[in-house]
Formats: sequence, structure tokens, C-alpha cells
Amino acid sequence: MGESIVTLSKIGMVFGGSSGSQTVALQDIDLRIAPGEFISLIGPSGCGKSTLLRVVGDLLTPTSGQVQVNGKSTHQARLDQDYGMVFQAPVLFEWRTILKNVMLPLELRGVPQNQQRERARELLNMVELTGFENHYPWQLSGGMQQRASIARALAIQPKLLLMDEPFGALDEMTRERMNMELLNIWRQTQTTVIFVTHSIAEAVFLSTRIVVMSARPGRILHITDVDLPQPRGEQSRAETRYFEIENAVREWLRKA
Amino acid sequence: MNQIRQNLPAIILFVAGLLLWELLVVLLDIQRFLLPAPSVIWQAFTSNLDRLLHIGWFTTKEALGGFAIGCGAGILVALATARWTLANETLMPFAIAANSVPIIAFAPILNNWFGVDNPLSKMMIVAVIVFFPMMINTVRGLTLVDPTIIELMRSYAASDFAILRKVRLPNALPYMFNAFKVAATLSMIGAVVSEYFGGNRSALGVFITQEAAQFRFQNSWAAIIVACVVGLTFFLVILVVERLSIPWHSSIRNRAGQ
Ligand SMILES: Nc1ncnc2c1ncn2[C@@H]1O[C@H](COP(=O)(O)OP(=O)(O)O)[C@@H](O)[C@H]1O
Ligand SMILES: [Mg+2]
Repeated sequence: MGESIVTLSKIGMVFGGSSGSQTVALQDIDLRIAPGEFISLIGPSGCGKSTLLRVVGDLLTPTSGQVQVNGKSTHQARLDQDYGMVFQAPVLFEWRTILKNVMLPLELRGVPQNQQRERARELLNMVELTGFENHYPWQLSGGMQQRASIARALAIQPKLLLMDEPFGALDEMTRERMNMELLNIWRQTQTTVIFVTHSIAEAVFLSTRIVVMSARPGRILHITDVDLPQPRGEQSRAETRYFEIENAVREWLRKA
Repeated sequence: MNQIRQNLPAIILFVAGLLLWELLVVLLDIQRFLLPAPSVIWQAFTSNLDRLLHIGWFTTKEALGGFAIGCGAGILVALATARWTLANETLMPFAIAANSVPIIAFAPILNNWFGVDNPLSKMMIVAVIVFFPMMINTVRGLTLVDPTIIELMRSYAASDFAILRKVRLPNALPYMFNAFKVAATLSMIGAVVSEYFGGNRSALGVFITQEAAQFRFQNSWAAIIVACVVGLTFFLVILVVERLSIPWHSSIRNRAGQ
């Protein structure tokens, strides 16, 4: 592999001070991610997926190992606002309208007001929320709120989009539609995505590679290349290769 | 129109209550010094209107002054407290304890410190009374923030000041309005009751006690009504400001959401 946007080498993460109550959340994580990739992290609950995402996003400092993002330290990458984050909950600010919520990262970057507005409108259009600019979050359904939070994450054109089970709280139908939309967004923006999920189907449909993690201590068990042709669409879910990969990942998860 | 229809039961209850009061006083021949009839109180009210307005305004100013000082100090201390974890951990238990102490009992002491006739002594009592609920609620609002929101802000490399301005303060607003409502009620009570311990001749509380001492209970009642109206108005003003300031908050959208 040539250039990489994320390089993790020998990452370890141990929580808790005294040796008795220590949790080894991550151990020996080595991973290189190329620009434009869509990487899914999948594994049993509590295996350290969220922890790994937070380490990459500089919200946690690993207890051992090195992380580089764009050839910089994760700290510098965060200061340069290279990250967009989406969590399982939409975490919209209830005191801001949808438009204002999407404007937040632009505001923090010091973009002029009228440009903030313009850009936020564009993004809301991309996630099909035109007409809801002046609504408050509580006036939107769960799926719509999550689309707004994705729009917010994309506002500053992040080099790296970190998503922690973003569709975990949505029903199956909404989730599949959101998968399709995310795929389109990923294609349009060509951003690199690290995506945590519990759903094998979702991982296969979206990813270029799937990282299967083992139960505690979280280690990389296997990395599956998803060689389904791009651009993908609803038809991809019917391909034989799709089922083959899905089964392969399921096999690996059993070993986790 | 809708508003009237919604509040109709309350209005009917109020009027019925007044009528019943009047009727009982007349029928049971209750002595005036025990309980004057509403009509008698009304008469006392209209014939003393100028004086009542004057003393009412005097005490209202004390309540407002104390409210402003106490709430202002409460918010400032809360900002400092929420900023420094150590201060938060050491101060909050004291504040919560102080909040359950009958601060009004200190009224004679503060009268002594600032001078009985000086309205400042009453303002300070009110200020001390409203300080604690204001501070405690503001600290809660500033610190009880969804941790994921803080993570989100940190992922954008937001400064502590940006987090304060864009997250902690808006998050604290509903808590602060609750405190303002409590403080509005407490400030009028505090001002009037502290005047019972002595004060300026043109104060509402002093008037109430003096008229009662001279068996003109209907005048005391009229002054009490003034205190009630002021207290209620103060509360309602805060309610309106709250509605306008945080229309997004669940407590308000539920009330407005029909
Ligand atoms: N801040 C923390 N302090 C202590 N332990 C933690 C902390 N965050 C996560 N852990 C532990 O680390 C392990 C991995 O957690 P997490 O990364 O959230 O798992 P996942 O997202 O895969 O479900 C869990 O055992 C969890 O209890
Ligand atoms: Mg998780």
C-alpha cells in the first residue's frame, strides 16, 4: 500500500490505574488506512471499537504505540480540524435549529456567517433535509436527526470521518436507506471513513475493508477485503460475492 | 380567546372563592380583626391606594435590588465554581447545606449591619436568600452536560471558552430560569418578612405590622394583597421571558405544543 492517511502501530490501551482494576481495551493494533478508504470495525461488544475510534480522533491517548493521521500527530490533526465525528446518538444541540447545528463546526473555524449559512444549506440539501433548516432537533425523526448530524460532520470537509455505530439506533428500513445515502456521500466527498458497526450486512455493503476485532483484549483478528464492484447500489446486496463475504465475516466473528 | 377558555376554570374558582369568603364572613358574623370580608379589604385598598402604591414600590425596589445582587453573585460564583473542579467539590456541599437553612432568621443581624432604615439591609437579606438556589442551579446547568457533546466539541478543537459559550451556558439556561422563578418568589417574601423585623416607615412589611398593631387589620390585608400581586407579577414576568428565551426547551414546547 502506498501513502496512508491513518497509520496505527502497536497501539495498546489500558484503562484504570492500579493493576487490580485494569482493563486492557486494545492490544497490538497495527493498521494502515489509505486515503478514500471506507473501513468498518466490527467485533463483540466491549472489544474496544469505540476506544480505537477515540484514539484515532485524539479523544483518548493510547498507553502504548504510535498513531499518525495525515503524517501528523493525532493532536495536530485535531487542532487542524481534520476530523468529523458522528456518534450513535445524533448529539444535536437542542437549543439550535437544524441549520445552526450544521453551522457549528464552521462557526468554530471562524468562517464568515453568510458562507456558513450557504454551506450548511448545501449540506442539508445533500442529506435531503431541505425545508427543515429552521426546525429544532426534537421536531425531527431519529433518522432525520442522524442525517443532520452527518451533515454537521461533513461541514468542514473533514479528511477523516469517524462514525461510531451511527445507525445503531435506527430501524432496519431507515438504516438501509441511510446506508445508501452514506455511500453516495462517501463517493461525492471522497473522504476517508472509519465506521464502527454491529451489523455485518451494513459493513459488507459499505466498506472497502472490514476489520474484525476479537473480544477483550481488543486485537485485530482479521481484515477482510470487500471486493464488491464500485459504485455499489441496492443491486450489490443481491450479488453472490456479497453473501460470500458476509459469511466469511460471520465466520471470523464466531472466532472472536 | 383560547387563553381565556383555557384559564376559565381557574378564573371561576377564584371568583367563587371570593364570593364564598364574603358570604361566610357575613353569615357567620366573623369579627373583622379575625378575617375581614373581601369587600372590606377592597375598601381599605381603594381608600389607601396612594400610600399602598408608594410603600409597595418601596419594597418592590428592595426585592428587585436583592434579586439582582443575589442572582448576579450566584451566577458569577457558579461560573467560577463550574470552571474549577476543586472549587466545585468543596463549595457545592456547603451551598446545598446553606440553601436549606432559614436565612430569613439572619434578618435582625443584617438590619444591625446595614441599618434598620437602610433599604440595603433588606436587599442584602434578599440577596443572600436567592444566592444559593441561583448558584446551585447554575452550577448544575453548567456541569450536567451530555459528555458526548463535550467530545464532539473537543473533536473540533474547541477551546474551553467556546465550550462554555456554545454548550455550557445554553445548557444552563433552563436550570437558571427555574432558579429565577424560585428567586422571584423568594425575593418578595424575603423583603416583606425582613421588614417585619423593623425598617423604613414607607416599607410594606412595616405598614402591615403597624396597622395590625392598631387593629386596622383590613389595611394590613390590603397591603398583603399588594405584596401578593407584586410577587405574582414578578413570577409571571420571568415566565414570559423564559418562554421567549428558551422556546426550544421541553418544558416550554410541551406547554405550547397543541
Ligand atoms: N473511560 C474508560 N474507563 C475505563 N474503561 C473503559 C473506558 N472506556 C472504555 N472502557 C472499557 O474498555 C473496553 C472497550 O470499550 P469500548 O471501546 O467502548 O467497546 P466497544 O465500543 O467495542 O463496545 C470495555 O471493557 C470498556 O468497559
Ligand atoms: Mg462502542
